[in-house]
Amino acid sequence: MIRDDGRRARVLFCNAGAEQCGIRTGMSLAAARVLTGKLLVHGMDNKAVHEALRGLADWAYQFSSRVSLYPPYALFLEVQGSLSLFGGRTALLKSVRSGLVALGYEARLAAAPTPLAAFSLARCGSGRVVEARHELAAALAPLPILVLDWVPALLERLEGMGVRRLGDLLRLPRDGLARRLGQQSLLYLDRMLGRCPHPLAPYQPAPAFRRRLPLAAEVEQAQALLFVLQRLVLELCGWLQGRGAGVQIFTVCLLHRERCDTRLRIGMRRAGRDAGQFTALLREHLQGLVLQQPVIAVELQAVQPVRLDDRSMDLFRSADVQERIDLLDCLRARLGEEAVQGISAVAEHRPEYAWSYSEPGRSRSDSREQIRPLWLLAVPRPLETREGRPYWHGCLRLQAGRERIESGWWDGRDVARDYFVATSPSGSRYWIYRELSGERRWYLQGVFE
Amino acid sequence: MNLDTLLQQRPDVWRGGRASAATATVSSGFDELDALLAGGWPQGALTELIMPRQGIGALRLLTPALARLSREKRWICWVAPPHIPYAPALSSAGVDLSRVLLVHPRARQDGLWAVEQSLRSGNCGAVLAWPALEDSVILRRLQLAAEAGDAIGFLFRSRRCVRRPSPAALRLQLESGTDGRLSVSILKRRGGRAAGTVQVDTSLQHGSLALHSPAPTAPGYTQPHWQ
Repeated sequence: MIRDDGRRARVLFCNAGAEQCGIRTGMSLAAARVLTGKLLVHGMDNKAVHEALRGLADWAYQFSSRVSLYPPYALFLEVQGSLSLFGGRTALLKSVRSGLVALGYEARLAAAPTPLAAFSLARCGSGRVVEARHELAAALAPLPILVLDWVPALLERLEGMGVRRLGDLLRLPRDGLARRLGQQSLLYLDRMLGRCPHPLAPYQPAPAFRRRLPLAAEVEQAQALLFVLQRLVLELCGWLQGRGAGVQIFTVCLLHRERCDTRLRIGMRRAGRDAGQFTALLREHLQGLVLQQPVIAVELQAVQPVRLDDRSMDLFRSADVQERIDLLDCLRARLGEEAVQGISAVAEHRPEYAWSYSEPGRSRSDSREQIRPLWLLAVPRPLETREGRPYWHGCLRLQAGRERIESGWWDGRDVARDYFVATSPSGSRYWIYRELSGERRWYLQGVFE
Repeated sequence: MNLDTLLQQRPDVWRGGRASAATATVSSGFDELDALLAGGWPQGALTELIMPRQGIGALRLLTPALARLSREKRWICWVAPPHIPYAPALSSAGVDLSRVLLVHPRARQDGLWAVEQSLRSGNCGAVLAWPALEDSVILRRLQLAAEAGDAIGFLFRSRRCVRRPSPAALRLQLESGTDGRLSVSILKRRGGRAAGTVQVDTSLQHGSLALHSPAPTAPGYTQPHWQ
């Protein structure tokens, strides 16, 4: 990866193979080409990098309330205030690192009392930690001057002066440095060493979450999208965490080359920000999905995030200790909302209206003691009569006791019936009625199962 | 680890002729049936109810247990029931309606998936299903799911399934008995004797069925002549 700043293209990042050929960060592209003929060069897409950095800043908000962008490819997190929350510096770095790995990023992390010192340390490798300000100079001294975020011309001038390491640079007299490198460079060093404050503009997190990820190759199998979407889900959950928020619905948009987008709406019974749960629901949604066309990009959007304080999160957790993913959400994700229902009793005389579907978990009960079958037929079935008796798998025998139901003239769906419990010759029991008007036909409406 | 301890840890391996360590059960609410089943419905397992036709009272055999399970705040999940479970009847049988979950999958595969998910979730006290002629591989998956989720899986099956091998912990054959009672025979019981028949009077459990309803007497009503 190179950065072409007009004058000279320089190596920004290189892989292990390139390093074996002797290629180093900061080396000019021309020099790198001399070392190997098989060089694969990528220019840096500044816009894409900046967008990714903003996305990461949103995500990083969960670790720090002060996140600053340091373009093109660094983020600063002020973590002093978060240390106790995350169990110390090492634990915090570990959480950040594993989060970044899960997002698919390779990152170099370092912690130091000043942003620029941390930046310099990170450029030399990952995991370096300097605890106190008075240790800074000693810790920075062995680093090459290439770690400074200075223009190449300035670095070349330093090299010309025989300055190779930060230690060499810091030993030079201040007024000499100011004269040769300019006041700006002196300020940079002072900020790095903590001799003067370094004000950084805090990053303002995006007010809404909407991320698009172009796919490297077109994807034809819906299930294969889970992997990339998982990355977006992790970003979403980090973003939610940083805001102390949760969502009840998020949408996934699959973009095709020609057709309209495919939209998925993933709803939950209550707002949350559990990446495992979101991913599991997503998996169910994708399972039943047949793609009409290959997908070229995916987009994830949070719908109306709501505040979710940590206390209520804990309450949810203890209530659902056995379930990471709610059964209801899981079933609805694959079968559709309307395929999963609760039932409720309704205070109503007409049997077919004495019940209704309801939102699961929210039902009214009915304590009236009546003879009612456990099965109700969706539509009453007309029964033929033989020898004047209703017939269903044999002639039915009526048990003693009838129930007259007359009701509903006010809404036009009036009912006038006599209900009976009837037994078939083989011993099955049914709930049947006879109309009191018209043809006085018999109907089967329920089964005493 | 010897074979014995290994087998002890595998409740899915049936061991003929020995009563295994007592498995958790939920009382059926019928004393004679509980005696036959050594406690009641086996928890974390499949129970197959094989019946000749509808209307013989198979559900009423379950409602006391369903009522009890519904108080434990777990779902009573009905996957693709053949008719509408009638809310007023369930309610008067003591089932807490707010724990009833109805699942209507469009395809058979989705139905089996829903049964497995529900059994495995740990959120269901009982899962009721009406599987067709599923092979034992599928039933085995369901049995393992029931174990994982500690749920009772009630499978209502037709008589054509009697001769098919089944991994269910309990297989019962239901027939309509005498005096409107239900005859319950054990075809298989894990860790127990696979024999025995009891007559269960399910109507007694439901006061409503034993009661004669206060039918309004309307003037001018004539009894059907064949009564």
